[in-house]
Amino acid sequence: MGWNRKVLRVNLTEGTCTDEPLNMQWADEYLGSRGLATKYLVAEIDPKVDPLSPENKLIMSTGPLTGTLASTGGRYTVVTKGPLTGAIACSNSGGFFGAEMKFAGWDMIIFEGRSPKPVYLYVENDKAQLIDASDLWGKSCWETEEAIKHHHQDPLVRVSSIGLAGENQVLFACIVNDLHRAAGRSGVGAVMGSKNLKAVALRGTQGVSGIKDMKAFMKITAEKKKVLADNAVTGQGLPKFGTQVLMNVINEMGALPTRNHKDVQFEDAGKISAEAMHEKRPTDGKTHLVTNAACFGCTIACGRISEIDKGHFTVVNNPKYWGASGGLEYEAAWALGAANGVGDLEALQYANLLCNEQGMDPISFGATIGAVMELYEMGVLTKEQIGIEAEFGSAEALARLTEMTARGEGFGKEIGQGSRRLCTKYGHPELSMTVKGQEFPAYDARGIQGMGLTYATSNRGACHLRSYTVASEVLGIPVKTDPLTTEGKPELVKAFQDATAVFDAAGICVFTSFAWTLADVQPQIEAACEGDWSMDKLNAMGERIWNMERLFNNAAGLTRKDDDLPPRLKTEAAKVGPAKGLVSGIDKMLPEYYSIRGWTEEGVPTEATLARLGL
Amino acid sequence: MWKSLHIDPKKCTGCLQCEMACSVEHTGVINPSKSRIKVFSFETEGRKVPYTCTQCTEAWCLNACPVDAIRIDAATGAKQVHDDVCVGCKVCTIACPFGTVNYNQDTGKVQKCDLCGGDPACATACPTGAITYVDADWTGLERMRAWAARANTAVSE
Repeated sequence: MGWNRKVLRVNLTEGTCTDEPLNMQWADEYLGSRGLATKYLVAEIDPKVDPLSPENKLIMSTGPLTGTLASTGGRYTVVTKGPLTGAIACSNSGGFFGAEMKFAGWDMIIFEGRSPKPVYLYVENDKAQLIDASDLWGKSCWETEEAIKHHHQDPLVRVSSIGLAGENQVLFACIVNDLHRAAGRSGVGAVMGSKNLKAVALRGTQGVSGIKDMKAFMKITAEKKKVLADNAVTGQGLPKFGTQVLMNVINEMGALPTRNHKDVQFEDAGKISAEAMHEKRPTDGKTHLVTNAACFGCTIACGRISEIDKGHFTVVNNPKYWGASGGLEYEAAWALGAANGVGDLEALQYANLLCNEQGMDPISFGATIGAVMELYEMGVLTKEQIGIEAEFGSAEALARLTEMTARGEGFGKEIGQGSRRLCTKYGHPELSMTVKGQEFPAYDARGIQGMGLTYATSNRGACHLRSYTVASEVLGIPVKTDPLTTEGKPELVKAFQDATAVFDAAGICVFTSFAWTLADVQPQIEAACEGDWSMDKLNAMGERIWNMERLFNNAAGLTRKDDDLPPRLKTEAAKVGPAKGLVSGIDKMLPEYYSIRGWTEEGVPTEATLARLGL
Repeated sequence: MWKSLHIDPKKCTGCLQCEMACSVEHTGVINPSKSRIKVFSFETEGRKVPYTCTQCTEAWCLNACPVDAIRIDAATGAKQVHDDVCVGCKVCTIACPFGTVNYNQDTGKVQKCDLCGGDPACATACPTGAITYVDADWTGLERMRAWAARANTAVSE
């Protein structure tokens, strides 16, 4: 078994920590991480609960491959009801925190209730205790991690925490671990903040001992690591350029959403690309990029570690940002850059550092700034209201608005509500580039049609990580499809959604899927876990997880109308590039998708579908 | 012919595959906290550095041990801790200038790199070539080759 078979339940209201056995029947049906944590959540909370109330729960979960030698086996997932969307929120993160949870002897931690005062959870193997965090409240994620390590006199503690954004319940606050990895999306950090839970600190020295067949596991994981090494994307592109390898590619395709999706190509894309990160700066002769870095167990190592230009206006008087730190990844570079028309790489990294430091999702934050800038240019928002001039392309505005949002100052409070609430408040809900209230990531639904359906149907709101059809439509993985057509996309999206759910549930990174199919993951699960793990079973499991999330959303009050894209993507055609003249074909794809899913025309799983999946 | 572990920190990404492999080899459990090789991360410099025993010829640990529990493996040159002899006094951990012999609370003995009997698991597991196992007399060979490659060998007129 890859599981420890042990759950830690933390009641924050009562201040108690209790252990209970993992429900092994559920583990057999939902594997772990995203799948298993969601099963626990839907079984334990009312879908209509207010996400920021004590009645909501927050679950941190590993998968059976987390903490093992399976490549990328370091991931953990945070599952809760999301405050940004009112839908299921499910964010996973790399770094080293997830593996440490396994080494401490746990599969999952369930937080319930609300602490009367700020606390953090400290777990040392079997021992778990809540510790007063009054002195940590008001501190950044970076300061919190350092203070906890200092307090316990242990540099090997692994910490996940919220910064000011989570404390202030910014609706896209994230939970940051290991300084610059994050359970980034859907506002999971705001839920943690609502519970007065500042941090979770783990120290595990027990290791993962329950691998079913260690010899077979060592052999198969070594074989599959070689598959990653031999693949052009996972073996060369990602280690060298990171996810940023995509910036110029997607821009050339005319699928780089620019200035709040008004444009599909960004004239300064080259300046904020992977290639730019490798170039020597004229100011100090150094490259922005210092090195690449891996999360726990990862043999790809796409992570970027960069050093900001010390002379840049954002940091010239602030040495604490001068050291090497995480960023920029493609999504952050796009959201902070192209989405706002800002082509200043150093300014983007500054905003990115602040997002890491205070725990904000750079995608939702950056995309919300895009909406603010459009409203400013329309004259709907004024300099007096915002506090500064905020035209598209202004690096100064980006830097200042990041500080204001992270610290909850002035107009930053409104930005912290996300673009849907902000645009609605100022009378232009149509300018919010969101689905279910969550901001789009970095692919335009007009130039990559499958991504439109991906966004519309993602259970956690607009997101690229639920079915990354870019792999097929752009990179030809596993087969090349035409990004400009809607044909075949409903099948493609469903297949990606179901398979991705299994990758997530296993505890590995979805980036492995550039080289691995489910058939590569299956034997690794088989060698690690007791029971039968056939392809049929895993395929059914992926579909089961997807439908379980959907049922939760339906019960929470979401309907077919929430599976839609903003009017801009359906009526304003791409002005340039290969997709010139195209709008999203979402209205054509959606009914077909429902039908393939075995859902009614209203997007509700039929009795037959539920029976088939054992739901 | 003896071989040495050769570490090139520039190539290390900090994935800890080496620590996992070491712990599996020696304890059967995936447990980096029991690894005999450790990867250190210097966050603000972006540096990751794997570190383990270099198998000194005049080994401080071996000379310090009062019960002769640390002996040379003739096949590999590794300074090996014999658990059946070790009394857990930790004198070797004080003697070692590099800190690469460590006490293990689970066993009550000290532990250090033993080169896995000539097939080090860390080197096999390393995905980037940051840890290799090379001819003990030629640990500098790759660096020499890199410099040699830059030599101007054009025929002078």
